[in-house]
Amino acid sequence: MRSVLVVEDSVSVRAFVRAVLEAPEFAATHGAVTVVEASCGFDAMRLLPRGPYDLIVTDINMADINGLELIRFIRKSAHHHTTPLLIISSLRGEQDVDRGIALGANAYLAKPFTPEQLRQTCERLLVAGKPALREPAPGEPGRGS
Amino acid sequence: MAEGGGGRDSGGDKARDEFFSEAQELVDGLGRDLLALDKALKHGRTDAELVNDVFRGVHTLKGLSALFGVTRMAGLSHELEDVLDDLRLGRLELTAGLLDLLFRAVGLYSRVLSAEKGDGEEPSSEIEELLAALGQTSQRPTGGAGGAVAQYDLDPALFGVLTEYEEHRLRSNIQQGMSLFRIKVRFALATIDSALDELKASARPHGEIITYLPTGSGADVDTIELEILMAGRGTAEVLRGAITGPNVVIEEVRRRAAATSALPAAARASGAPAVTPAPEAPASTVASGHMPAEPPPGVVATPPARGSGEARVPDATSSGDAMAVAAPAHPTRGGTAARGAAGDMSLRSVSQTVRVDIRKLDLLMTIVGELAIVKTGITRLSERARSRAADPSKLAMELQRLNRDFDRHLAQMQGGILEVRMVPLGQVFDKLARVVRQISRELGKEVNLVVTGAETEIDKLIVEELSDPLMHMIRNAIDHAIEIRADRLRVGKPPIGTIALNAFQKGNHVVIEVEDDGAGMDPRVIAAAAVRRAIITAEEAADLSPREIFALVFMPGFTTRDVATDMSGRGVGLDVVKTNIAKLGGVVDIASEVGIGTKITITLPITLAIINVLLVEIAGRLFAVPLASVDEAILLDGSQVRAVDSREVLTVRGASLPICRLDRLFGLPSTRRAREYVVIAQVATRRLGFVVDEIVGQRDIVIKALGPSLKGVRGFVGATELGDQRVALVLDVAALVEEVLSPGEARFLPWQPAARRA
Repeated sequence: MRSVLVVEDSVSVRAFVRAVLEAPEFAATHGAVTVVEASCGFDAMRLLPRGPYDLIVTDINMADINGLELIRFIRKSAHHHTTPLLIISSLRGEQDVDRGIALGANAYLAKPFTPEQLRQTCERLLVAGKPALREPAPGEPGRGS
Repeated sequence: MAEGGGGRDSGGDKARDEFFSEAQELVDGLGRDLLALDKALKHGRTDAELVNDVFRGVHTLKGLSALFGVTRMAGLSHELEDVLDDLRLGRLELTAGLLDLLFRAVGLYSRVLSAEKGDGEEPSSEIEELLAALGQTSQRPTGGAGGAVAQYDLDPALFGVLTEYEEHRLRSNIQQGMSLFRIKVRFALATIDSALDELKASARPHGEIITYLPTGSGADVDTIELEILMAGRGTAEVLRGAITGPNVVIEEVRRRAAATSALPAAARASGAPAVTPAPEAPASTVASGHMPAEPPPGVVATPPARGSGEARVPDATSSGDAMAVAAPAHPTRGGTAARGAAGDMSLRSVSQTVRVDIRKLDLLMTIVGELAIVKTGITRLSERARSRAADPSKLAMELQRLNRDFDRHLAQMQGGILEVRMVPLGQVFDKLARVVRQISRELGKEVNLVVTGAETEIDKLIVEELSDPLMHMIRNAIDHAIEIRADRLRVGKPPIGTIALNAFQKGNHVVIEVEDDGAGMDPRVIAAAAVRRAIITAEEAADLSPREIFALVFMPGFTTRDVATDMSGRGVGLDVVKTNIAKLGGVVDIASEVGIGTKITITLPITLAIINVLLVEIAGRLFAVPLASVDEAILLDGSQVRAVDSREVLTVRGASLPICRLDRLFGLPSTRRAREYVVIAQVATRRLGFVVDEIVGQRDIVIKALGPSLKGVRGFVGATELGDQRVALVLDVAALVEEVLSPGEARFLPWQPAARRA
């Protein structure tokens, strides 16, 4: 079972991502996925230690801790610095996205995206991230689907 | 994977439901924020944080609607976002005219959502119009004073994590001569939300928080260290006094000595719009002792600063263009704006969702736990009952105890679930405030809305059904009742009219009053109009009390005007309002005084879900009378019944009470009995006695709708199953009282046709 952390302040965008990634079509090619939802940066920081995650998807424009600050935090952390990271943000914030990529995000998907676009991007990131990520953290039982 | 199972390429049904409820919430939030902005603007202020909230709301809406394929909404949001982005980044000035456009957008959003749910048509042409109007306001980005930031001793890496907006706020604050502070603080992750709220509250009076950076240092995973960048006008000392705590370190971000001269020049060059409201007292204690030519601190009115990091020559035309937008767009009557109001016909939300305080759910969980204990008791008992040694009397005693516990917890459960359905009336009042603003601007009347009791809670379903009737009443009040300024001054009233919206709980009911200080109604004028429209005859009119006459305004077809205005009187009359309220089990009362004003009082049950009823028997059939409207039940003393004007009236303790024989009303075979009872019902101030054969007892029931084929039958709110395979119809007491006591005709005798269908 793979797990994906989705950091996004909109509950319906989270539900959308969940519906796409937890759908049987996605599971058929990539094994089952569990989506873990965080509604803000602090939520994400609370959830990060409960990882590992196979993929982190984050918005940029969020109250308090913005997505960029979260990306920097994730890239500095001991356990998640190699986790594939996808920015979902609207086209408007070009400068914000550039900064996100500079901080170490792996990909960017402009809102709105179709389920297919999300599926493909996540597939790509999950496959790419696979080798580096399959070592279980110390004390953690071997996971895998 | 069950949850995601619905995930076809639409993104899933559950996700779609979430979309509707989130979108509705965002739209409601926008309405609230705009009202707050409107209020601030009237005092010459603009709240940057609010503008940013509005931007974020629209931004999120745009993302959502595009994701879920609601293209109209996405298109509108896109254009709005451009305008709002200009606003929040200081390239455009907020004006009343611009606010008008934003308010219109909120109305259109609601209608697009309804249309998307299959309720009404999409307001395509209005959207096109609004888009065109918005298109004229957009500003092209202008250059800003980029050098100002460089003089602060800030970590260059900081700019890597600021969003464009945060960067703009940082520049804007610096240009206003604010000092910068670095606040280091450590929070426990578990309690960070409340701790942060506290910190924000103490920081707020001293300036603006630009961003929160998690430093990522600190070994343990349960705490988090934040570096907060804040701009303010005080000193580090003052901040240290305001923001306290064991893990708080506050220091001022120093300025580098050299570059100071760049700042005022840049600020001046970028040219604050001349029309900006009077500045507040400028910051007098800027730490460096350096006093720039202060641009007015009204935030959106600050010099246009483009957060690009490069110093470009400011575009001198930018503020001029902003002023062109600022020119008060006083809409003409019958123009596009008036259409906007007429088009915004419904305030009902498309959301079926109730957001619930987690504590309420915790309580329910606890009760479920208690019920589980009772269940264990029953299992144990049934096992014991199977063994021969069991003592029947002991078993019975224990069973009785369990039964009592079960009853108690069930009642708690019911109460708890009702609580969950409750939402504050403020939800609908907020929307009404929008309507008041819009209509009063269109009609050129000045109206203040004064709301009290917005926190009064009522069933979510009732709130939803209430918004349209209330909106209609408020429209009526502004259009018909509130006089124009000159007329008000002439009669010695304050120039600005007041509409008061009061809500309070009264027993099992919620009372909502809509009160205006307008012209009031003259009973003679109303009666004459009703006679002219053949609602009553002149003879009948002569017999009516003023109160009965006022009630005529709720009759179908009633109007005092021969020409309908844009606002009200376009076919939807107050009769619809009354019918809608009656459907909710409520009643409407009206009182008015010429020259003083009019007060409409709505009395509603708190909930529609579970009600306590009195079961009665009529001609061998069971009926339920909601106990909330029952005063008492007495034995009928035939000697005290008289006939007055073809109505039967009973004298009870010296007072006369009109009575109604339900068997006759419902067309049931009359079974004269030796003993009959009278159930005395009271709705608002009106009392009526229902004559029944037997009083069966009290019950808690769940009302079920009668179904589409019986929808037209009046007099019943629904039916209920009694648990022993029997079914009882639940009387619609408000409608019956209305029907029987309504002025003009004695209608309770010949009510046969409807009754037969029942």
